[in-house]
Amino acid sequence: MRRQFHSPIILLGARLLSPYIMLFGWYVIIHGHYSPGGGFQGGALLAASVLLIRVAGGKRVARLQIQEFATTPLAVIGVIIYFATGLVAMAMGGYFLDYEALPIPGMEPAWLRYTGILIIEVGIGLAVMAILVMIYDNMVRGEDYG
Amino acid sequence: MKILKILILVLFAGILLYASADLPYRGDPDNLMHAEESITGTTVKGNYFIKNAYRDTRTPNMVTVVLGDYRSIDTFGEQVVIYTAGLITLLVLRKTRRRRE
Repeated sequence: MRRQFHSPIILLGARLLSPYIMLFGWYVIIHGHYSPGGGFQGGALLAASVLLIRVAGGKRVARLQIQEFATTPLAVIGVIIYFATGLVAMAMGGYFLDYEALPIPGMEPAWLRYTGILIIEVGIGLAVMAILVMIYDNMVRGEDYG
Repeated sequence: MKILKILILVLFAGILLYASADLPYRGDPDNLMHAEESITGTTVKGNYFIKNAYRDTRTPNMVTVVLGDYRSIDTFGEQVVIYTAGLITLLVLRKTRRRRE
């Protein structure tokens, strides 16, 4: 293994860039109704912002952010958000993933579909982010990367 | 041998360029995929999506509507595939604390 070194400049640059990448990731997810983007792309951007800190800062700094044990539950939560949306719609009398049947009062069916798409995009984004971080964590686990 | 490989690559590039000259213009309403009926006589689904995507969901981005609404079960399958890939890395790459002596 290569000799490790800590560079405060790299860490500072990563700390400067990471929040903006994360903000842009949420923008891509939530603005996916109007512009190119969506859950998968936004999730990849969120994972990029988390992994930037992990690569630059090492294990000690990464512990302050999303921790290793938190990635698997986040992925499960992302999948469950999607699945529960479909199940709730089915329980309220529609088809599976038929957003018109979602129990949100005071909305036209078209706007209910709009909201349903938004909910599942957030679920996809969470799952993709957590799984990309999880893959990185598993690949470097056992090696002290910083 | 190397010349043969390069020749094959150039040949394929030429075929692709020749084929791309025959593609329809993007956004042309007379294209086959925008027609009501295909050349075999079946109805074209994309026609319905283009006509009704905004009316159904109030979402201007048609791709999001197809991904999230009309084909949402397919997207759910994609998400489960990614989730399974993550779990496989958890199983394969994780180093257990217990070592075999």
